[in-house]
Amino acid sequence: MKKLKHNSMSWRYFKQNVFFTLVRASALIITLALGGIILYIVVNGISAISWEFITRPPTDAMTKGGIMPAILGTIYLTIGAIAIGLPLGVASAIYLTEYAKQGRIIRLIKVGINCLAGVPSVVFGLFGLGFFVIFMKFGSSILSGSLTLGFLILPTIIGASEEALKAVPQTFREASLSLGVSKWQTIYRIVLPNALPGILTGSILGIGRAAGETAPIMFTAAAYFTAKLPGSIFDEVMALPYHIYVLATAGTNIEATRPIQFGTVLVLVAVVLGIDLIAIVIRGYMRRNKGW
Amino acid sequence: MSRQTKEIIIKYIFLLFALVSVIVLGLIVFSLFREGLPLFKTVSVKDFLFGMEWYPTYDPPSFGIFPLMVGSLIVTLIATLIAVPLGVMSAIYISEIAPQRIKEILKSVIELLAGLPSVVLGFFGMVIVAPWLQETFDLPTGLNIINASVILAIMAIPTISSISEDALYAVPREFKEASYALGATKFETIVQVIVPAALSGISTAVMLGMARAIGETMVVLMVAGGAAAIPESLFDSVRPMPASIAAEMGETPYGSAHYQALFAIGMVLFCLTLAFNLIADYISHKFRQTGSATL
Repeated sequence: MKKLKHNSMSWRYFKQNVFFTLVRASALIITLALGGIILYIVVNGISAISWEFITRPPTDAMTKGGIMPAILGTIYLTIGAIAIGLPLGVASAIYLTEYAKQGRIIRLIKVGINCLAGVPSVVFGLFGLGFFVIFMKFGSSILSGSLTLGFLILPTIIGASEEALKAVPQTFREASLSLGVSKWQTIYRIVLPNALPGILTGSILGIGRAAGETAPIMFTAAAYFTAKLPGSIFDEVMALPYHIYVLATAGTNIEATRPIQFGTVLVLVAVVLGIDLIAIVIRGYMRRNKGW
Repeated sequence: MSRQTKEIIIKYIFLLFALVSVIVLGLIVFSLFREGLPLFKTVSVKDFLFGMEWYPTYDPPSFGIFPLMVGSLIVTLIATLIAVPLGVMSAIYISEIAPQRIKEILKSVIELLAGLPSVVLGFFGMVIVAPWLQETFDLPTGLNIINASVILAIMAIPTISSISEDALYAVPREFKEASYALGATKFETIVQVIVPAALSGISTAVMLGMARAIGETMVVLMVAGGAAAIPESLFDSVRPMPASIAAEMGETPYGSAHYQALFAIGMVLFCLTLAFNLIADYISHKFRQTGSATL
């Protein structure tokens, strides 16, 4: 073998090749981790999926039957979280991008949003329990859970909306303002409609998060088991993520319910990653086809 | 109402909405303190933070969270050691080396990984990683520090990777061009020019990744094993703080000392993640790169 001299061209390219291999390997490891996890869940979960599994409630102390109440509960909680997080998030982003000037208040708001984004999910759960369930007396309910999840996804929606609003060209605003249109009308008629697709796709990622979170709803909304479906927003619900946790850790016979556990995991992953994937594909399509 | 007044009112309404995040943050602090502070009428802060025994249901109970803090810090630290190289290197690959097509796929992969619900990763750790660890190393249980750290690393990688990638991408093109013009290879340019220029952003990414790991609940609840003792090896079980809160809150009567202690743990956890986030925010502002002129 030819001896590689320090600083010789071949030695420098040898180092580069080693580095590139390492870097490629790390990207590959991450891809394989995601692929492996998803494949494993699909392979083990697919046999549990049937029409009955999706549409029937659990039976025999949750060792048989379906997961319909948990699916429904997750849908309710997610819709509730969107109803709270989306308007608040979009309005915050409008202030930050359209109205605010650099200064103390905007700095305070930005730090506040960053800190809120970093609050651990279990602390959100404690907040929901302490504030909505006990202080506001909403009890453990869809309302408490939705509020908790809504505030949890608020920073994600603000971030996505800010990005979408900033992407609307400044010339659109200038053209509108120069016609004598007021600032609010410009935002409402020109900026928002153009930013809306971006806001929605970005927010979908937050919505996926709301559907998959467990810790924030453990003490605020999720029931171990309810035979009846919720009649109002003050009722407890079952939810897919909590159902997985309960079956996997606290069931009467953990091994026997493995197929149901895998089936539930598969449904949750399909829902959450399905939502995310749709957002990613639409966003990619929009970026390529944007006229401006 | 004149058009001017209307516009001003609208502006302040939006300001109010924008302040909601700050208000919620305030309400979180308020709720944690309201439910958690009464504990310190009966237990001293020192005994709480540095007490070695967490026996909340004994008579008399003992509320020392030191073992829980140690558990949290250990799994976070090991998860960081795994996640930082993988996260930063994948970011380098995506930002500097990968062809356009692979780049887009990898970014989606990272985003999907970030989207995996934590309970699913916890479940994966329980049914796959734990039995494998138990058999391979002949352990009493596979639910231990190593297992929790690996799964936490998977959760922290997307945060670290995507924020690092933004930082690398923001390095001005002129830097690269100048480096190439001096005859540097691509590797030398990356290691000696691009990464140092993006270091503040990468540090922010690491801090946020750690904040994510230390606050993550379902994973440590399901796979860390739950032993509230100072671990002696990496194959021991631990009970990180979020796991303790999530596992015990359900069985605790409202207003009891145990209930207050769990909120007090929430306070500690909140302060820790807040510190991580403020440091990250400080780094990214203090050493912000606004273009070639600042460096």
